[in-house]
Amino acid sequence: MIFLELFWVFFKIGLFGFGGGYAMLSMIQGEVVSAHSWLTTAQFADIVAISQSTPGPIGINSATYAGYISVINAGYPAAWGVAGSLLATIAVVLPSFLLVMLVLGVLRHYREHPITQLIMQALRPTVVGLLIAAVLMLLSEDNFGNPADSPWQFGISIFLFVAAFVGTHYFKVSPIRMILLSALAGLLLYL
Amino acid sequence: MKGNFYLQGFLTFLKIGLFTIGGGYAMIPLIEREVVDRHHWLSKEEFLDLMSLSQALPGVFAVNFSIYIGNRLRGLRGSLALAAGVVLPSFVIILLVAMFFTAFADNPVVNAVFKGVRPAVVALIAVPCVSLGKAARITWANAWFPLAVAVLIAVLGFSPVYIIVAVALGAYVYGRYFKNDKR
Repeated sequence: MIFLELFWVFFKIGLFGFGGGYAMLSMIQGEVVSAHSWLTTAQFADIVAISQSTPGPIGINSATYAGYISVINAGYPAAWGVAGSLLATIAVVLPSFLLVMLVLGVLRHYREHPITQLIMQALRPTVVGLLIAAVLMLLSEDNFGNPADSPWQFGISIFLFVAAFVGTHYFKVSPIRMILLSALAGLLLYL
Repeated sequence: MKGNFYLQGFLTFLKIGLFTIGGGYAMIPLIEREVVDRHHWLSKEEFLDLMSLSQALPGVFAVNFSIYIGNRLRGLRGSLALAAGVVLPSFVIILLVAMFFTAFADNPVVNAVFKGVRPAVVALIAVPCVSLGKAARITWANAWFPLAVAVLIAVLGFSPVYIIVAVALGAYVYGRYFKNDKR
């Protein structure tokens, strides 16, 4: 049952995941965390962090990770987790193959068509909206700590958030270096 | 350079999958160097065409891209070889991380690291909101649109799938029935 659901969910993500990478995150989060509760918000943020510091496209990384963890969380042994991982990864890639056949055959003739251009123009800001939604959903207690219960952690989290934003956006520090620095900060401050 | 295209393509995209950290868009320069400059599989113009096609369509960008290049060069079998190459490294690495990480998730060192990393990751996703917003030509005047989309998804719980379909449909109807009337 969970395998069928995994396949269907990641097939949908592959089919409707416009904008690639981070824009797909809000969709993955909506399905995997909100709709199916396969992962917690914190586990989801861990996937993002791991994806940032390991090679490969983020859509594949999250499918592989969520496929494994969700099957394990459902009480299956590790071997089945590997199967779930493989299934989710194939499912997220499959629509791309089907669409290539379709697109190179048909849509190519309409690429310059004004209506196609109009649809693409409308989808670009929509994709940015998906990205903002991903950020809003990640601004949670799981990731930042509760300001009443643990003001120390909350303060550090806000500082790390601002520092990572300023460092990456204005000073062009590489995301990998930023992840490593915040990991070091976590190690020094929380251990 | 002669030889088996499928094997060579697979190995080239394996390398691309293995050495790009930070997601699909980070792969573009490496794909260009391998596919255009080194192996001469595509001209620069063809490369740009396939890139915009991969960006316009749903799915994982780097995977789309590898499928298009493979399909362009050797049909379905070519796209299978290149896509397998680009997916394999991250599949193996993340699977190992998932197995290792579940066993050590309650480890205090791992906990401390991720307590620090999580807020930074949220910031890393916030950064492309700004940079991609510029590329999508979002200004203060039309910023309400992406913000409304974000509220619908994050606060009201709408699925992004339906929003994308609705926007595409809306743009189609507008272009088909309203924009033409002005002529």
